[in-house]
Amino acid sequence: TMAFRHKNTRRIEGLDSNVWVEFTKVAADPSIVNLGQGLPDISPPSYVKEELAKAAAVDRLNQYTRGFGHPSLVKALSQVYERVFGRKIDPLSDILVTVGAYGSLFSTIHALIEEGDEVIIIEPFYDCYEPMVKMVGAKPVFIPLRYKNDGNSASSADWVLDPAELANKFNSKTKAIILNTPHNPIGKVFTREELQVIADLCLKHDTLCISDEVYEWLVYKGKKHIKIATLPGMWERTITIGSAGKTYSVTGWKLGWSIGPQNLIKHLQVVHQNTLYTCPTPLQEALAQAFWIDYKRMDDPDCYFYSLSRELESKRDRMAQLLQEAGLKPVVPDGGYFMIVDVSTLNVDLSDVAGKQPYDYKFVKWMITSKKLSAIPLSAFCGPETKRQFEKYIRFCFIKKDSTLDAAEVILKNWNKQTA
Amino acid sequence: QTHFLSLSLQAKMSRPVQARRLEGIDKNIWVEFVKLATTYSTVNLGQGFPDFPPPDFLKEAFMRAISGENHMLHQYTRAFGHPPLVKILAQLFGKLLGRDLDPMTNVMVTVGAYQALFCCFQAFVDEGDEVIIIEPFFDCYEPMVKMAGGKPVFVPLRPKAPKHGKLMSSADWQLDPAELASKFSERTKAIVLNSPNNPLGKVFSREELQLIADLCVKHDVLCISDEVYEWLVYDGKEHIRIANLQGMWERTVIIGSAGKTFSATGWKVGWTVGPNRLLQHIRTVHQNSVYHCATAAQEAVAQGFQRELELYGKPDSYFVQLPKLLQQKRDWLVQSLDALGMKPIVPEGTYFLVADISEFKSDVPDVPDSDEPYDSRFAKWMVKNKGLAVIPLSTFYCGAHKNNYNHFIRFCFAKEEATLKAANDILQKWKREKTSS
Repeated sequence: TMAFRHKNTRRIEGLDSNVWVEFTKVAADPSIVNLGQGLPDISPPSYVKEELAKAAAVDRLNQYTRGFGHPSLVKALSQVYERVFGRKIDPLSDILVTVGAYGSLFSTIHALIEEGDEVIIIEPFYDCYEPMVKMVGAKPVFIPLRYKNDGNSASSADWVLDPAELANKFNSKTKAIILNTPHNPIGKVFTREELQVIADLCLKHDTLCISDEVYEWLVYKGKKHIKIATLPGMWERTITIGSAGKTYSVTGWKLGWSIGPQNLIKHLQVVHQNTLYTCPTPLQEALAQAFWIDYKRMDDPDCYFYSLSRELESKRDRMAQLLQEAGLKPVVPDGGYFMIVDVSTLNVDLSDVAGKQPYDYKFVKWMITSKKLSAIPLSAFCGPETKRQFEKYIRFCFIKKDSTLDAAEVILKNWNKQTA
Repeated sequence: QTHFLSLSLQAKMSRPVQARRLEGIDKNIWVEFVKLATTYSTVNLGQGFPDFPPPDFLKEAFMRAISGENHMLHQYTRAFGHPPLVKILAQLFGKLLGRDLDPMTNVMVTVGAYQALFCCFQAFVDEGDEVIIIEPFFDCYEPMVKMAGGKPVFVPLRPKAPKHGKLMSSADWQLDPAELASKFSERTKAIVLNSPNNPLGKVFSREELQLIADLCVKHDVLCISDEVYEWLVYDGKEHIRIANLQGMWERTVIIGSAGKTFSATGWKVGWTVGPNRLLQHIRTVHQNSVYHCATAAQEAVAQGFQRELELYGKPDSYFVQLPKLLQQKRDWLVQSLDALGMKPIVPEGTYFLVADISEFKSDVPDVPDSDEPYDSRFAKWMVKNKGLAVIPLSTFYCGAHKNNYNHFIRFCFAKEEATLKAANDILQKWKREKTSS
């Protein structure tokens, strides 16, 4: 046989497995009630779809646009975010449009993180942070959110960082900390005080902050989303990431953006021009138009940014109730569209299930086959040290239409009956 | 205040904020030239995109995907490629390659061919690996190799004099076999092949491909085959896929583009085709960089391909009609440039044409010791003063070789008749001004 020495590069060694590849395949069966992967099965608002149809009908909008972001989109983003950040944002130099927030995370990490750097990641974390940091030859340093046993109600607010523990994670090699608020999977909305603790450390150690705020509009009653970049000294060291998929319930559009100071964004732009160069034009134009519509009504409760949040709050409450009625203790999220729940109280014995996977992986696979209900195991969102701590939790996604939640209700009610 | 900071913090603050992998790859001529074209041009034959729309059947498919009953086409699809699209690509390329292709493992969809190239370099090029790039080359190959820590090794296509009385053809630009062989070393990881070639329009012949293939097999080198212009070949020429040559399927990644295939560059849908043992690593890069590609356009492209597969080889096929249409435009532009004294190199493929501007040099004087190549200054002067945007050929050469072929400019002729006529008017007027002055 011919010689063939070609294997993968060092940078992707060990990065081939992925929880989604495993679980989206398993849950693709239409008979399964899918509360796993975070995608809406509700329709995007009709004006959003209409704007895409309008854009696609314009000939020149089917050809290349400006690499760093379609002009009308970066203009619209700058207007919306000037209001939100309370500062001037230059559409051409302070914004980069990317293929989803995923693409923004990738561009930021590749632009600003050097081999040998350390990057602090708060556990549980959206799973791509770890492999992306490893791919640039940097070292992920994990710190878990810990449940403070403060009473009966389990809320995402009960999950906190220990300030002393956090401070210990910072050293001269710490290039950045990745913050995700509202948080996936727990749904925590970091308070101003909590953000200040992080900001103080960033300033003290000259550390960057990569702030994944894709769920920024999905914040429930009584809570407020605060942008860490608005804290003193933070704008100059923060990249704030947003997502059209989460803002407008169009995950399949894969458009996101990074906003920050020019001296940081320019490096993300260099990565972008050497990775995929431009994002699709008609989608960007449609998104720009949708943003103008909602920008004009940002003081109106009918603005989609707020109406979606209200719609999801009632789904959140329903989901929490269903789980409680099934004898479970869900962690009620203050934001986002995910809810985690400790399933160890169900006492499902999986010790005879083969394989070395953590308990929650086995539990979800068992739940999919025997209960026809899917979720995502929480240990997928943890570093190696904390997998045991989180392996009794699974994550449900509740941005689902009523009939999906009805079907989940049936399963959960019957489950309870069987174990009674 | 620095005396309050620890030494390690001072050291940190004195380091550049950006990563070393960005060194030397921050410049990009497109950013500059696209801006110039937007600001000054009345006729834009610069950047490579059609100014005519995608075909109706494709636009209709997109509309159906956007506004149809299935609103889930606005949500994530399969990360490695929307099932209907990978299935039809596997069918079509299976036919073209004479192989049974598995849509799940032999095909992966990307955000344009650009992202496919990126995934290939990240998947296979480690620090210190050498990658052979044939000049002139689509300019992103060099910075992508560098970003992966690799070392680009350049080998030029060299122009041979055309037959007496004939115009130069892209076929007259050839590799020197001995020179090519000398570029292969034990550090050579891959060679990038682009056929049909941007910017020259060269369509590599079977013999030329065999030359490359023999070296790849001999040295166990991968071939990254950028075939985005695969359907745009003229004069009855055949686009030959290097993966079909003996020993090449197992070491080749083929890259394609819906933007070029269906005149929809703004959709940014591309793909890789190859053996699973290579594609598995490309999937790893993809899942850690972009992960999903937009759904609706993939659905539309799948339907476009369905139609083309049914009409394959028939006169109504877009793959037959588009090259026919573009060949006419090519011939028209060749004629008009020839008449003006701007010597065209007749392209065998793509929608680009390179022309020698030596006759027009008097308007833009040479500046000795300038570090900007002549053709770049010429192109900038031309867009600002004549309103006609083109791209200088030196763009497609590495830094050290930018002055080797610095009196050529590249035109894109995938333009409406009116656009091409307007370009001709500008050049004719310019010629008249020169001869009368």
